[in-house]
Amino acid sequence: MAIFTDKNTKLIVQGITGRDGSFHTREMIAYGTQVVGGVTPGKGGQTFEGPSGKNVPIFNAMDEAVAATGANASVIFVPPAFAAGAIVEAADAGIALIVAITEGVPVLDMARAHAFARDRGSRVLGPNCPGLLTVGGAKIGILPGRIVSPGPVGVVSRSGTLTYEAVHQLTHAGLGQTTCVGIGGDPLIGTNFIDCLAAFEKDPATRAVVMIGEIGGTDEQAAAKFAKDKMSKPVVGFIAGQTAPPGRRMGHAGAIISGAEGTAAEKIKTLEACGVPVAKRPADIVGLVMEALKK
Amino acid sequence: MDLHEYQAKERFRAAGIPVPPGEVATTPAEAEKLAAKYGGAVVVKAQVHSGGRGKAGGVKLAKTPAEARGHAEKILGMQIKGLTVEKVLVTPAENIATEAYVGVLIDRAKQAPTFIVSAAGGIDIETVAKETPEKVRKLAVDPRYGLLPHQAYWLANFLYDDDALIKQATKIISQLYDSFVSSGASMAEINPMITTPSGEVKAIDAKMSIDDNELFRRLEVAAMRDVSAEPPAEAKARAAGLSFVKLDGNVGCCVNGAGLAMATMDLVKYYGGNPANFLDIGGSSNPDKVVAALEIITSDPNVKAILFNIFGGITRCDDVANGIIEAMRRIEIEPPIVIRLTGTNEEIALKILEKAGFPAYTSMDAVVEKAVQLASA
Repeated sequence: MAIFTDKNTKLIVQGITGRDGSFHTREMIAYGTQVVGGVTPGKGGQTFEGPSGKNVPIFNAMDEAVAATGANASVIFVPPAFAAGAIVEAADAGIALIVAITEGVPVLDMARAHAFARDRGSRVLGPNCPGLLTVGGAKIGILPGRIVSPGPVGVVSRSGTLTYEAVHQLTHAGLGQTTCVGIGGDPLIGTNFIDCLAAFEKDPATRAVVMIGEIGGTDEQAAAKFAKDKMSKPVVGFIAGQTAPPGRRMGHAGAIISGAEGTAAEKIKTLEACGVPVAKRPADIVGLVMEALKK
Repeated sequence: MDLHEYQAKERFRAAGIPVPPGEVATTPAEAEKLAAKYGGAVVVKAQVHSGGRGKAGGVKLAKTPAEARGHAEKILGMQIKGLTVEKVLVTPAENIATEAYVGVLIDRAKQAPTFIVSAAGGIDIETVAKETPEKVRKLAVDPRYGLLPHQAYWLANFLYDDDALIKQATKIISQLYDSFVSSGASMAEINPMITTPSGEVKAIDAKMSIDDNELFRRLEVAAMRDVSAEPPAEAKARAAGLSFVKLDGNVGCCVNGAGLAMATMDLVKYYGGNPANFLDIGGSSNPDKVVAALEIITSDPNVKAILFNIFGGITRCDDVANGIIEAMRRIEIEPPIVIRLTGTNEEIALKILEKAGFPAYTSMDAVVEKAVQLASA
């Protein structure tokens, strides 16, 4: 079991012929993901050569791709200027899960695209996210497949490489994962911590959740209250950016302390008050998960 | 990217918002000339990317051109929250009957541009909203339709009782939304929006922040960037495609990924050190970026040790290792460098680094501890 995606997911890659799109399509196929098609306008009818002879048909548009393949998920590698348009196109074609990897999408474009996708009942993950990976099922996005292992821990994070770091350490300690989800570093994201916690709570294979947050916004605080009120499974937290100065954007568009809101101290305080233990450094995550699983 | 007040006012004027005239001076003589041109009393206002200009003495009323010159002499070169004032705005003083606040920003929770208006203007809106929520009215705009006419009226109606004032404010609020969208802003604010004794509504102060992701398609706004208002290292980092923030510690950090970069800074602090910077070299493994990163980090004389922390997911560790060695050939780097690489091709990378004589680690804690120790030696 897992959340949001499994081995039955049929995936379309939007922007399959670009540098990043083609590289990661091969990686996703190699992991075992069912990549059933790709979309690049103007290249419809061509074939994308996947690893070990697993070729993928290319379409001009999402509606054609969905009609021909029965796809239910898409992943977006198109440039920032066109990414919101790609999300809206996927939602219009009835795609249930849209994973937007692209970084640098204008925020107002995303405000419109999120509203559109919500109305169509599509789930958007990201943008500016590494995607998600269900161990032994499907990898959608750019999470490195070789660092994961099967087990009972769900992982959800706003960051990319920090997630890899945590997953890597869990795997080394013999703590495998169900699904690892990167929700993205942008201020407006389609799937938030609460959505993921709720899904992990329902997933029978997940026994504990690692939640990796950072400065900016109040999503972690809301998630802490959700973990306290609505969850039976233990959650372990980590918050990056304790040394970040206020008013400065720390790489991620959404990682900024505005006024007194969004500090690491405030998030850690709320998490601990809600019974979510917070690791002081990444290396402490493993120990807290082990303790949580004993209970 | 933040705009200066005079730049935000240019954007507002272009959208039709009534903004009193005003021009920028960089010398006291220019300020005097402008004051003489406008005649009567003027306000001399520091142009820096910081709030609290008034409290810091950066906003002064002058009754004569000579007085304007005197104020400009004091304000130009003044430090406000660590920023040097390079320019002042000279603008005619207005007769003020009332002051209101009108602002629009992207609300993260509502995922929409959201207006906040209040008849209690000229003061900190966050405090007003927190302590006296009944004094503010909020409205989330559906970004697909924009601000609708009745919504602009509903906001204006909260500010005034007089129909003529409501009519003017309705128009200004609509124009503010247009300016917000056409500038690619993440925040736009009129504080205060005043009424004059003769019944006019005007914007006498303006603030705007631009969404950096919009700049590629808003070239006239992008051209407003004031490079002199930011540390040279940050301007250089931006040109090199690196995300960099200068801090005041002595451990230089070069990390891939924003989250890991923040966690690395935090770990430096955990081991008793202080980070000199935030730097995300991003998802690419281009050796030129590593060179640029090292040049930027070593341009800070405080840096006593440099720490690399690379998790090779997309970025390949061997590429980063080669980039570091290439950088060392191109520039002389005095502070000691310690490197941690793990992930894709880490075995190859460690061999490359060992061969070149660099201490390489696979544990994040070990490398941070070592860097802190080197920096304090």
